[in-house]
Amino acid sequence: MKTNEVPQDKEDYKGKSEVRKLMYATKEDGTYTQMNSEGWEVENLATKQAWESVLEDLQETEQQVKQGLLSPIPYFMQKSLMELPVLAKYMGKWQWQIKKHFKPEVFKKLDQKILEQYSKVFEVSVSELTNFGK
Amino acid sequence: MSTQFTHRQHAHCESGVTANLLQHNGIQISEPMAFGIGAGIFFGHLPFMKVSGIPGTTFRIWPGYIFKRVTQRLGIKIHTQKFSNEAKAQQVLDEALGQGIPVGMIAGVYYLDYLPEAFRFHFNAHNLVVYGKEDGKYLVSDPVLEGNSVISPESLTKARFAKGFPEPKGKMYYIKEVPDTIDFTKGIQDGIKQTCFFMSSPPLPWFGVNAIHTLANKIEKYPKQLTPRQCTLYLGNIIRMQEEIGTGGGGFRFLYAAFLQEAANLLGKNELGILSERYTAIGDQWRHFAYSAARLCKARTSDLVSYTDLSKLLHDIGDKEKAFFKDLKKVKW
Repeated sequence: MKTNEVPQDKEDYKGKSEVRKLMYATKEDGTYTQMNSEGWEVENLATKQAWESVLEDLQETEQQVKQGLLSPIPYFMQKSLMELPVLAKYMGKWQWQIKKHFKPEVFKKLDQKILEQYSKVFEVSVSELTNFGK
Repeated sequence: MSTQFTHRQHAHCESGVTANLLQHNGIQISEPMAFGIGAGIFFGHLPFMKVSGIPGTTFRIWPGYIFKRVTQRLGIKIHTQKFSNEAKAQQVLDEALGQGIPVGMIAGVYYLDYLPEAFRFHFNAHNLVVYGKEDGKYLVSDPVLEGNSVISPESLTKARFAKGFPEPKGKMYYIKEVPDTIDFTKGIQDGIKQTCFFMSSPPLPWFGVNAIHTLANKIEKYPKQLTPRQCTLYLGNIIRMQEEIGTGGGGFRFLYAAFLQEAANLLGKNELGILSERYTAIGDQWRHFAYSAARLCKARTSDLVSYTDLSKLLHDIGDKEKAFFKDLKKVKW
């Protein structure tokens, strides 16, 4: 990549434009130099696409919570960009235990201690957690 | 308490931290040199190792390898430590800072709130340097950023003890002692030999140049085996691993070519300079591959012919990398 080929495709998406990455490019005489890049449309597309996919899934999950098909747990899990195995690790529980808490009827019966633990992991308040979707 | 620490921006976190820490200890080493001696360049594709349902692709050697190999090869003594207790981890960090030692550490980017949201997902192998503490906040030199940053002790602890695969477990590292003289020659030689081994020799289809062909074969089948949405996410992930995470461009290929050029000048070995040019051209091919993949993602259609074309692009890259490392291995020392 030559220095005049280093892309400067600024994309103000989720603060992406705040970081001007360092790239390695060649000057006219072929020697390598460092150069900042404001972004590349190719990479901007991939990043945006990945985030939009998360948001799509999140909206779907939100609907299911509102319909009483899921508890708020999977919603906040997805909002925190976590997968089930990662959440299980944070909670110090087995995956099957966390999965049980996805059921609204099980979630209703969770004690304060577990709710506080989930809230801490999701970085929300207990009331935000329990009231979501109502 | 804070140490006079010169923050320099680099392309990649681990090679950047390595260069910055060594420079702090009086060793004039660039990021490309650190990357090359540390045998950082690699390729791996693991179809069965899925994160968010997407198979793993990597363009560099596993985390921690670069710093370890560079310090080892240059005779630099280091201290590394992991913790099971968060309070102890902070205490030991504070003690080191109190002695004026800048500390490298592994952290999960999700909790590094000085980074913009776009980069904060559950990636737990990021490297940064903490060089001081002021007004209750830690002073951070994160090599992917242009300037310095600050972070609260609470956020730093969360980042140091992020859970997932892998887990930092509070890992920190710093330089204890450097030798009076440093000779890069042997380090360069060993780093290149190691890289040639990693790229050419593993008989497994998931590592080295073989893995490039493995991925190319998989890509050709994507429209037949995956939904259109999955196709674009799978391709998008490859693009992100190649360009977004801080590789200097072309999946670290330009960074490695810069290393070869610097080594050529340092050692007076013209053949390394020629190999550098070849690898730059390969890096350009990777960039073209990413560009073509993005076009497919944008189209959002599973165009069988286009996926075959994309696959062919990647197979050609695989052939070029194979020939390249064969020739790099032949360099006489």
